Amino acid sequence: MSEQIITITIDGQEVKGTPGQTIMEVADSAGVYIPRLCFLKGLTPHGSCRVCVVNVNGRPQTSCTQPIANGMVVENDTEEIKQLRKDIIDMLFVEGNHYCQFCEKSGNCELQAVAYRLGITAPKYPYQFPNKEIDATHPDIFLDLNRCILCARCIQTSRDVDGKTVFEFVNRGPEKKISVNADAKLSDTNLDVTDKVVDSCPVGSILKKRVGFAVPIGKRIYDKEAIGSEIEKG
Amino acid sequence: MSENMKRIVIEPVTRVEGHGKVSILLDEQNKVKQARLHIVEFRGFEKFIQGRPYWEVPVLVQRLCGICPVSHHLAAAKAMDRIVGGENLTPTAEKMRRLCHYGQVLQSHVLHFFHLCSPDLLFGFDADPAIRNIIGVINKFPELAVQGVMMRKYGQEIIKATAGKKIHGTGAIPGGVNKNLSIEERDSLLKDLDQMMEWGKGAVKVAKDYTMENFDMVAPFGTFDSNHMSLIREDGAMDLYDGKLRAIDPEGNKIFDHVDVQKYTDYLLEEVKDWSYMKFPFIKSIGPEKGWYRVGPLSRINTCDFIDTPEAEKERKEFMALTDGKPNQITLAYHWTRMIEALHAIEKINELLHDSDLQGTDLVVTGKRREETVAMLEAPRGTLIHHYRVNKDDQVEMANLIVSTTNNNTAMNASVTKVAEDHLSGVEITEGLLNHIEVAIRAYDPCLSCATHAMGQMPLIISLFDHEGKLIDKKTKE
Ligand code: SF4
Repeated sequence: MSEQIITITIDGQEVKGTPGQTIMEVADSAGVYIPRLCFLKGLTPHGSCRVCVVNVNGRPQTSCTQPIANGMVVENDTEEIKQLRKDIIDMLFVEGNHYCQFCEKSGNCELQAVAYRLGITAPKYPYQFPNKEIDATHPDIFLDLNRCILCARCIQTSRDVDGKTVFEFVNRGPEKKISVNADAKLSDTNLDVTDKVVDSCPVGSILKKRVGFAVPIGKRIYDKEAIGSEIEKG
Repeated sequence: MSENMKRIVIEPVTRVEGHGKVSILLDEQNKVKQARLHIVEFRGFEKFIQGRPYWEVPVLVQRLCGICPVSHHLAAAKAMDRIVGGENLTPTAEKMRRLCHYGQVLQSHVLHFFHLCSPDLLFGFDADPAIRNIIGVINKFPELAVQGVMMRKYGQEIIKATAGKKIHGTGAIPGGVNKNLSIEERDSLLKDLDQMMEWGKGAVKVAKDYTMENFDMVAPFGTFDSNHMSLIREDGAMDLYDGKLRAIDPEGNKIFDHVDVQKYTDYLLEEVKDWSYMKFPFIKSIGPEKGWYRVGPLSRINTCDFIDTPEAEKERKEFMALTDGKPNQITLAYHWTRMIEALHAIEKINELLHDSDLQGTDLVVTGKRREETVAMLEAPRGTLIHHYRVNKDDQVEMANLIVSTTNNNTAMNASVTKVAEDHLSGVEITEGLLNHIEVAIRAYDPCLSCATHAMGQMPLIISLFDHEGKLIDKKTKE
């Protein structure tokens, strides 16, 4: 028996998928880019950053978690949705201390790349300049929470891929932050520089030490092409 | 402030990088007692760097200055070379950095000369400010204005090719560089080189002719005897990128020579004064009273034994002949020497672009790790000192930066005092006095803060205080 095919439309374009697939999955395979930050292939999507929000039959839904259903009408590339995403990105920028000018992740940073793609040049909200922690105790890894966007990718990757539980969230609301094994220091954990978690961070919070600016401007991931181009090219 | 002094405040100084404010202290006879240049310097930066990882610092410190970021970038990278034990750079790395630096010196020097100073030189200090500006130069001397723009652009293209961006690039990393120079980049830079050389020689001539034609006015203007300091190469040649420290007295005798920059605190101290945020460095063996010195183009030409490029060396000889080989103390001769250095930079760029080491692929070296480091560089404005301590977790624990303008701090005050003494009459700030003070400060090309560069006119507020510190007159120039 052949597998059931589900058809939806994204911005008027017919897109096909199979039961259990999410809107983001079928959009990806159809070459339609939906911006995202907390989503990372291989991890269970949890829709927390809300950047991938789309209108589904007129109601906002996170496309990384919403399974497709026959006849769904999805709006992705509309002014309304774009504005919503911009507002979210704006808030992420002002809630942290994101100095792209001297951040070594610049050019490889997903937050910066999505901001550029959405046409954000400066956030419209006032900067909060929060006090954030740095943990430099690990011999090979540098943790700078000034840049953390609380996407949880590190928590999931450490737990589900590396089989360790190096990172976790503590506190709630504005106090919520990434913590290392119940407030220990990174050097007290079994974190290793070869762990997958080291590459899971979309921003410059978890960094391999001593890499810095080794990749010249022009050769960084998003220097040549906007984020999402790889999906659009198929 | 002492009881029997009057204070005249001029602020901000126009056409210098950032903001400045001048107070002139008068005694009871209304004679100039002392002039003070107040500099708004963002010392907070040294605090900001603390805790940051050392590999980030060469990119981070560029934000200190919107006008010569490359100098801070390279000085910090040189410092961090020592942290990673990579101070013996590969030929490709050292030459890429040198190329970047010469590009920076060229663009900074021509910006200063053509955009900020040429109006004073071409129209005279007392000309109407409405024409004594870059727009006036463009109207009256369009060719010169174009040359200034094109030479600056050329310097910026070199920075882009070596650091990835015209401003705030990332080329230098601890122990080396992150890119070499591609054949395409090299060839595109070689294309305009002959033109640059010709214009570079022309620029020296403009500065020289100006000095010689107006010698009677130029020679005493804000001029005084001082010590001079700069880095020099092992063989005594001018070296803008690296070397050891040499200081000479007004007669040209060496105060110290070939001093390892790691030991600078044995030779230099910084004095703090209650009226300025900026420190006052001086030579330890002589003391604060007489031990201050000048840095920058004039000092470098005075301290070096020779320049290792033929055209600039020819010009240096002609310049030094003016004072029979003794140090030249003419403050306005900064302009002439600045253009000699611009020419030297072009010659060095020529040398480097013909060197295949720039296409090498061996970019980074590391060795034995260190915790403390000092690096110096001859920035366009003079000796730049970066001093750091890095902890075992790779974080900067201490940073002390002595920028070129700080090294020239006492000297700039001395020049302003001299000009005020010579040109103040009564207790009124005339347009003439104001212009003269600006011109004297501008000779040093000071970067007065990390503020971004504002081209053209800035408002000028002049305040006059009586000997009790009461405001008795105030003038504002838009
Ligand atoms: S440290 Fe990085 S991966 Fe972890 S929550 Fe923060 S931004 Fe996400």
